[in-house]
Formats: sequence, C-alpha cells, structure tokens
Amino acid sequence: MTETKLLRKESLGPLLQRLRQGGRRIVAPCQAGQTNTVWFREVDGDEQIDLERFTVASAKSVVFPIVEEILKFKTIGRQVTIQNGTPRVESTVVVGLRPCDARGLEVLDAVFLGEPQDLFFRKRREATTLITLSCSKADENCFCTSVGGGPGDTRGSDLLLTPVQDDRFLVEVLTPKGAQIVEVGAELFEAVEADATQVPNKERFLASVPVRFSLSDVEAKLPRLFDREEFWHEQSLACLGCSTCAFVCPACSCFDIQDEGALHGGRRLRCWDSCGQKLFTLHASGHNPRSIQSQRWRQRIMHKFSYLPDRSRITPDAAGRPGVFGCVGCGRCSRACPAGMNIIERLTAIAEAEL
Amino acid sequence: MSVQNGNNVYQPYLMRIERAIDEAPGIRTFRLRFEDEEAGANFRFKAGQFGEYSVFGEGESTFCIASSPTRTGYVECTFRRVGRVTSALAALDEGDVIGFRGPYGNTFPIEEWTGKNLLFIAGGIALPPLRCVIWNALDLRENFGDVSIIYGARSVEDLVYKAELEEWGRRDDVRLTTTVDPGGETPDWKGEVGFVPHILEKVNPSSENTIALVCGPPIMIKLTLPVLAKLGFSPGDTFTTLENRMKCGIGKCGRCNVGKYYVCVDGPVFTLEQLQNMPPEY
Repeated sequence: MTETKLLRKESLGPLLQRLRQGGRRIVAPCQAGQTNTVWFREVDGDEQIDLERFTVASAKSVVFPIVEEILKFKTIGRQVTIQNGTPRVESTVVVGLRPCDARGLEVLDAVFLGEPQDLFFRKRREATTLITLSCSKADENCFCTSVGGGPGDTRGSDLLLTPVQDDRFLVEVLTPKGAQIVEVGAELFEAVEADATQVPNKERFLASVPVRFSLSDVEAKLPRLFDREEFWHEQSLACLGCSTCAFVCPACSCFDIQDEGALHGGRRLRCWDSCGQKLFTLHASGHNPRSIQSQRWRQRIMHKFSYLPDRSRITPDAAGRPGVFGCVGCGRCSRACPAGMNIIERLTAIAEAEL
Repeated sequence: MSVQNGNNVYQPYLMRIERAIDEAPGIRTFRLRFEDEEAGANFRFKAGQFGEYSVFGEGESTFCIASSPTRTGYVECTFRRVGRVTSALAALDEGDVIGFRGPYGNTFPIEEWTGKNLLFIAGGIALPPLRCVIWNALDLRENFGDVSIIYGARSVEDLVYKAELEEWGRRDDVRLTTTVDPGGETPDWKGEVGFVPHILEKVNPSSENTIALVCGPPIMIKLTLPVLAKLGFSPGDTFTTLENRMKCGIGKCGRCNVGKYYVCVDGPVFTLEQLQNMPPEY
C-alpha cells in the first residue's frame, strides 16, 4: 500500500504530541547532553529532536535493547522458581530514523523472527512504528546505494517523510501501522491531488549517494579471499577489537547470555556482544578458533557479506526475501571507529582484490 | 525443536540432580530428572544433541546429552570443572536444582547405520558425546555389526565412566581398547600405553562397511584423521562433533558461526567431508 500525503514541518510536533497523548512512546534523535552528538532516545518534548544530524548509534535498541531481561529466578533453599522476563513493551513510535536504519531492522528480523522466534524481539517489533526520514544530504561515509538501499528507500518503514518543499514533507504511507499514525493526526495531513502532476517528485529532493563499490564483486570474491592471511592482516592492522562498530551498527545482532545473581535470586540477561571480541569464541579448554584480531575482522566481513546472504538464500527471512546482507551502508562504523578504519575503503579493496 | 513455557525460547526446564558421580579429577556426571514430570515424560532427543545447562545466578554452559535416547525420563551430562558455570555446577550435589534447555542441534544418523560396524574413537573428556551413541547402539545391538571402542586419556585416573568401561570390556559383543598416555599408567594397568592415533594403527580396524566416530581434543583429532584415511575410511563415513562456544543454542547469538554454518543448528555432528568444506574455525 502506498498512499501519499503532505505534512507541514511545523505539524510534526503536534502530531507527535498527539501520539504521545494517545499513550505512545516517542523515540527520536536528540543531542546527548553537551557531547555535540546525536543519539536516539525517548523524548517528552519536541524541542529536543534533531532531524538534521546523523545519530551515532542506530535505532535498533528500541527492538533489541542493549540488555534484555529474559527471565527472573528465585532460590529458596533447594527450590528454584522461574518467572519469564516480560519486556516493558510500550507502543513506540521511532521518528527520524533513516532509510538505512529501517532496512537494518529487517536484517534483525531475519535473525530473531526466524524459527524459533525470539519472543522479546517480536513483541517489541510489533509494538514499534517507524516514521523514517529520507536523506536530503549524505556524507562521505554513506554508501546505502552500494548495498541495495537508497536515500529515499521505503523498505522497512511504516511512513517515509521526504522534505520536498521548505515547509513540507511528502509522506508515503507504506503499511497499516503507518496508516494508523495518519489517522491519529488526520487533519494535520494534507491530501495530495489525485492529479499526478501535483505530486512532488521526491527523487529531486534526495541526497546523491554514489555507488562506491560492487557488492556482487565483494560477495563473489570473499570465499576465495578467506585464506589470504596477509590480506586480512593488512585490512585489520588498525583494529583495536573494541567492537564500537558492532554497537553502532543497525544490523549487528550477536549477543551474549549472562546471569546477574544474588544470594536468593537474580535474572538472566540477553546482552549485545560482538564477534570482534576475543572472548566471543574462546573455548573452555583455552582453544580459540579466532585467536587473532585479523581473523575476527574477517569474520565480521564474511558474516555480513558472504555467510548471511548465502544462508538467507537457503533459509529465506521472515518475509521470504532471499539474500539479506548484514550491512545497510549507513557508514556509522566508519564515523565511530576510534582507529579511523573506513568500511568503504575495506570493501572497495575486497571488491577490487586480485585473485 | 522444543519450545517450552509461554514460548520464551530461553526458559529452561528445572532439573533435579538425582545422581552425582565423580568420574575423574575435576570431572563429574549428573543424572537429571525433570521437576515437571509431564515435561520429562514428553521429552525426546536423539544421539548427538546437546543442551544448555545452568546454575541460576552463574549462567549457562553447553554440553552434549551424554545419556542414550533409549533411556527415557532423565538426561545425563558430564563436564569438567573449568570456568565460572562449571565450577558452580561442580559444587552442587544430589537434590539440587539446575536449569536445562534443549535438545538442540542435529543428530548422528544412527538409523542409517543399520547393519554397519561402528568404530568409536575418543580421547579424555570427549567420550560423553560418543557414550550416548554407544549405549544407543548397544541398546539396539542386533541392528549393528561389530562395535569397537578405542578410548584414551592422559592417565588412568583421567579415564571417565570407569564402571562402564569395565562393563564394555566384559561384553563379548564389544571390542574395547583403552589406553593412557606414556607415563600415565599405574602398576596394575592392563590396557594399552600410547597415544590414541598410534593405538588406532595398532588395533588396525577394517574400514569395510564401518562408520568411524571420532571425538577428542583438536590435536588428537588432527593426528587420528590421517590414520583413519590410511585405513580406508572415507570422509563421508567419518563423523565428529564440533565443540564451538555457544550461548543461545538456537542459531541466533552468532558465536558458533563457522562459514555459513551455525554449529548449534547445523551441527554439532559433522562428517569429515563437511568439515573439509568449512573454514577451519573450530
């Protein structure tokens, strides 16, 4: 379903206010304290929202929190009782995420909604509506168009807002969830005349994001590059193994399970983790299948650009789409890397490697 | 795939430790009964599958199910005390309650082996995954040809399942060879002295109509495989289990990913033929 509306930029605040009054939680990009950086967080007033700058981390924590309580336990003597964790699932609207972020959630869907489903993820996902903002500017780290996306890509979003005039968004209503939002603020939205010439051409207002490398070359070459130790050593020389890249990534889904215990009870937690960490694969015996950082960097790349697409062709994701890559081209890892590693450079080197 | 309790895939069964056996220094076996009798009655698994065992407050650890699927109502696990969770497990005793999720993973295709000879080769703490298959086969003894077991440990006291080794040794329908590393023997040791690959060469089993199952430390496997090849075992008829670190057990957490496979759902049982087509990250 795609229906098109117009929304005055000044009407976005009142729309969110009304959604909030209707009991929905609003999560939006906001400057974090005095850091001069922008992060997603719950907002209670619209003045805090920053729709101009890119967020440091993606919006994935709305559906995949950094720490999720999966169960509680009580121990009394030798008796143990377990209580299922119940996620604080509130109807949530994420506003101001980008088309790449929305596609990132689809990558997570392939993992968590594949059988057997992760109930916590599913509940949060079902309760979340995405009001995505098209990109009218991009920076040198953006490469959505190299991995199948684009600055005005509608995939994964419920509503897509594209700034088409100084004072208006073009609104694409993409799903029933999106239609519900429009219903809540009905009179704030302006109809677009059925006459097609009245519909602003959104492409004109989108950022230009050049294709930086050939994704099919990356995927085709990776299996044959696997054994080239020197190549991976060179690729990852700067890598500190800090996993910042995984934490800001909209598509990284690896996790750990840890207990937080006390004498008489405690809870079991599902926490973000990363294949960049040495402990991620360390066996109890002391043997580590990925004992050095270059092997862990290779895993990061192989998983996103070879294993996931390869695997999802065998086992299609929840929506039945084949070939899910674990990267949406947001460029956050490059922006956040404390050692200045640039993902476009690395992927270009892979795509252009001599075999 | 069993999903329990309100579809929370991470929720374990509560299991009471019915029996605790000290097998060897640092190694214990637990027999676990389901607290929920109905769950216990309905619980089914197959040889090769594993579970996530937990001490509440300490966390979960991954071990195979060491008992045979032919023996129902309980599961057994054997583990070495090596980290946080296994230390906490080792400190428990009969009557205590732990968590168990499973069964997870694929299985040994034992029903395809009817009429075949089975050769089991294990080292140290890696006998438990094969013990499951051994009892499964012995409980259906008429389905199989010769059953041979070669089992080695560092020393006599490091051998696990000592009572069962004795029982297998007494049976005339099992050919058992036990060995300890040089220096690990005691004055009254009647078994072999030497490393598993050498003893395999010495036993010189026929590969004809025979399935080989190998579990052991990486170095043992590495040195045993060439001997098996020399004896004529094909990579498709040579099975092992991978022991990659795991957390979720259900193909989500990413930890046991090797190539396009997740050991927890595509394994832990692999043929040598499959391993030869995987990156060596195990």
